[in-house]
Amino acid sequence: MDKVMRLASEKGVVIFSKSSCCLCYAVNILFQELGVRPLMYEIDQDPEGREMEKALMRLGCNAPVPAVFIAGKLIGSTNEVMSLHLSGSLIPQLKPYMQQTMS
Amino acid sequence: MSSPSTELASFRRMGIYEPFHSMSTWANNFKDNDSPNTGSSTVVQMDARLDNKSSEYVSPEPGEPSRNDHEANRANDKIQRRLAQNREAARKSRLRKKAYVQQLETSRLKLAQLEQELERARQQGLYIGGISDTNYLGMSATVNSGIAAFEMEYVHWVDEQHRQISELRNALQAHITDIELRILVKSGLNHYSNLFRMKADAAKVDVFYLISGMWRTSTERFFQWIGGFRPSELLNVVTPQLEPLTDQQIVDICNLRQSSQQAEDALSQGVDKLQQTLAQCMAAEPGGTGNYGSQMAAAMENLEALEGFVNQADHLRQQTLQHMSRVLTIRQAARGLLALGEYFHRLRALSSLWAARPREPA
Repeated sequence: MDKVMRLASEKGVVIFSKSSCCLCYAVNILFQELGVRPLMYEIDQDPEGREMEKALMRLGCNAPVPAVFIAGKLIGSTNEVMSLHLSGSLIPQLKPYMQQTMS
Repeated sequence: MSSPSTELASFRRMGIYEPFHSMSTWANNFKDNDSPNTGSSTVVQMDARLDNKSSEYVSPEPGEPSRNDHEANRANDKIQRRLAQNREAARKSRLRKKAYVQQLETSRLKLAQLEQELERARQQGLYIGGISDTNYLGMSATVNSGIAAFEMEYVHWVDEQHRQISELRNALQAHITDIELRILVKSGLNHYSNLFRMKADAAKVDVFYLISGMWRTSTERFFQWIGGFRPSELLNVVTPQLEPLTDQQIVDICNLRQSSQQAEDALSQGVDKLQQTLAQCMAAEPGGTGNYGSQMAAAMENLEALEGFVNQADHLRQQTLQHMSRVLTIRQAARGLLALGEYFHRLRALSSLWAARPREPA
């Protein structure tokens, strides 16, 4: 879906979520811990939310949210993010988007 | 040549004729007592042939009066044949009886085993005997049986764990080859994977039961994090047993420790948020329309998310185990698994000791 892909490229790290989703919240916390501020897009607040949900499922996500995109590319859901992080492969992908630490 | 009636009497004396009837009665009694609730295993495999009644047994017919020698011989032959048939039938009957008794013995042993397991499960405070837990009043039969099935499987899992740990210990002391050790390590890791699979199924049935940790011992429950052990706990227990480590290994383990800690924190905060959201939802007055229904619906959605957290926590445990084993040599991985298994074993033993400690009279 165009809208999804367009939004996914809007920022380096984009997470599609729902306002009630606490797993999405957890993934956001993890990224912030790593020094990244993802764009959290709540699809349940979007009038085209249902369409977006279906599009995300079609892209291969088991659960529509959280759906994590890095550099416009779908990384996956919570499972994939956790696996990547434990294997040490997440941080290298996030490097370009890490915020400078405020002094 | 004895008369047929005495033949019959001698069969009776041998105890062959009567037990045919009572044996099938035994068989029927046993069938009735086999409770339908025992689900999976049929305690006794009934030999179908037992029910095939004494068709081979032929009562000796009254002898025919012999007219002449030739007929007398024929009658004699007939009787001899019948006697032989009867002997054969008796022999078969004895064999069947022997087989039946053997089956009874095996079933008796199995029953004793099951009773033992049940007793052990009860001692660990498992659900099977836990009718006192009022949370389970009014639970559907499917939930109960799903949880009971999980508990029984878990008891088996723990037993198998003990066996594997002993095998690992012996193997390490006996200095077996790396190839053989690799097989043991693989089994050990698979065994944990089995546990996570079992837990995933149980979470679908009743996530609160899983999170309660009632299926584990009290000390394990004390350390519990989202339905199981903390991944960082695993690393703390195992790492000291792995010396000497190469520099690269030290770096890798350090990174693994840090990333699993970060993931743990994220999930913990997610669960906190879930609690918070649920509490707010429950504390709120239902809207002006008195919409109790939608408030509950929102709360139900929150609860559904809990299963996701338990799955993610188990996923984290699984990943930590996998990555550790990749960083280590086979021998180190074996020592690590042994250390982990022994650690949990000691925790369980501590639980039993604590439960059995002498108390001050009230």
